[in-house]
Amino acid sequence: MQVPNVMEAGVEGTVLKAEVRDLDFYYGAFHALKRVSMPIYDRHVTALIGPSGCGKSTLLRCFNRMHDLYPGNRYAGGGIVFHPDNTNLLSPEVDPIEVRMRISMVFQKPNPFPKSIYENVAYSLRVRGMRNKNELDDRVESALKGAALWNEVSNRLGELGANLSGGQQQRLCIARALASDPEIILFDEPTSALDPIATASIEELVTELKEKVTILIVTHNMQQAARISDYTAYMYLGEMVEFGITDQLFIKPQKKATEDYITGRFG
Amino acid sequence: MLQATDLNAIRAIITRAKRWDLFFSLLGILSLMIGILTFVVLFVDMAIQGVPRLSYEFFTSFPSRRAANAGILSAWVGTILVMLVTALSAVPLGVAAGVYLEEYAPKNWITDIIEINISNLAGIPSIVYGLLALGLFVYYFGFGQSILTAGLTLALLILPVIIVATRESIRAIPQAIHEASFACGATTWQTVRDHILPYSSAGILTGVIIGMARAIGETAPIITIGALTFIAFLPNAPFSGDPPAGLFDWIFAPFTVMPIQMFNWTSRPEAEFQVNAAAAGFVLVFMTLAMNGLAIWLRYRLRKNIKW
Repeated sequence: MQVPNVMEAGVEGTVLKAEVRDLDFYYGAFHALKRVSMPIYDRHVTALIGPSGCGKSTLLRCFNRMHDLYPGNRYAGGGIVFHPDNTNLLSPEVDPIEVRMRISMVFQKPNPFPKSIYENVAYSLRVRGMRNKNELDDRVESALKGAALWNEVSNRLGELGANLSGGQQQRLCIARALASDPEIILFDEPTSALDPIATASIEELVTELKEKVTILIVTHNMQQAARISDYTAYMYLGEMVEFGITDQLFIKPQKKATEDYITGRFG
Repeated sequence: MLQATDLNAIRAIITRAKRWDLFFSLLGILSLMIGILTFVVLFVDMAIQGVPRLSYEFFTSFPSRRAANAGILSAWVGTILVMLVTALSAVPLGVAAGVYLEEYAPKNWITDIIEINISNLAGIPSIVYGLLALGLFVYYFGFGQSILTAGLTLALLILPVIIVATRESIRAIPQAIHEASFACGATTWQTVRDHILPYSSAGILTGVIIGMARAIGETAPIITIGALTFIAFLPNAPFSGDPPAGLFDWIFAPFTVMPIQMFNWTSRPEAEFQVNAAAAGFVLVFMTLAMNGLAIWLRYRLRKNIKW
């Protein structure tokens, strides 16, 4: 498969945040990612689309080394180069915890800890050794504001996160991911468990967040990718089929396979 | 065209099929009753015999040759102290082992063998633990026939129960919560301390209580290590014995426990001692039920914040 030409896809004024280079990944004997390459641009939204089992979530979970938690998973070649420091995130010398301190994640189903709203957001800061109460208060407040949740919860920060509605819980998880000032936030189908109204608010939030942070989002919803992303990558059977500027990819895909998928003839 | 439905035929089929429901529910009630009624009959019989014997003196008297003067003071104090040693040694060991196996242990054949054998340990007859303890604690370590030896022996006995309960309650925590903690940048220890232990504590506690309820009634291993059946004194209270008296002198004291006291009384020919045994049995069952009640209450408290 051809490595997508980064410069061709890039737009004036964009900066590379990370590059996936010829990445191979195995679940045991199953070859889940096959020489995948793609760029991630700083403070833009990049969407990963493709049918179930195409490897989009697998690729996303490489970015914060989630695969390291389970035996049998293997990064077999290539890597993810992080800019500006040129670190290969997948290198065995790089501590996965260091990677997760820089890249945070929002999961498919809202997964708040069974703790208070405040403690849910503060947890990202506590693992970074922050103990000062005033500093914690400030950071929790700004993270909740950043996740557009502050107005709804400011007077009940001590309540359980699980008492919130599904959409609020997901924004709480976004606040938790945001609190530590990450360089990239990974979203793994963040709206698939939510109703349309909650979905709209999350999408709006993602669009706002890209002012400050780089976003990589997996979605099974092509309309969602078209609405909120700047760049889109279409994957199929573990391969990167096409990467491009979202508008161009959806209006005039370069590959027949991409066109078949986005027009609904396949997938 | 739809055929005209023969409602009566359908109803006949349903009635016939439902006979099996009736049959099975009767069978189920019967099986349940065999279990429950047996316990109730035993317990009520024991209560009728024993409860009139319960008095303040019964709890504050030492055993005696005369049934009317005999009491269970040394037995219930011994039981509580032995249980204390058991809990303090088995809980940290069992929880630590369970957490290690779930969160830290590499998944390989050595771990597999250990896992299989922990379940096997739970099935070893308790008297075998008694023999092991006799050799190891009583003679090799020189702990003697003491509260410490008894507590550690029972701790070994219930360790597998606590390990298995710990692992099962850790596994009940959703993978998503586990991943969320790591995704925040937590280390394994931070994840264990801040999430795994707090969220699994209710389940671990249940396992601990089940184990303790088994241990409180164990007689065979305690007899094997040489517990005495006639103890007319209490272990020294902290700092009260011969100088240099310390906080933990009592752990080396000889002792007896409730089931041994009962066993001793039931083996006497006099009928009055049978009444004493029934009264002590009632107290022992009550202690076990109280422990279970405490566990249910604590579990409710601990699970209040957790919804999955």
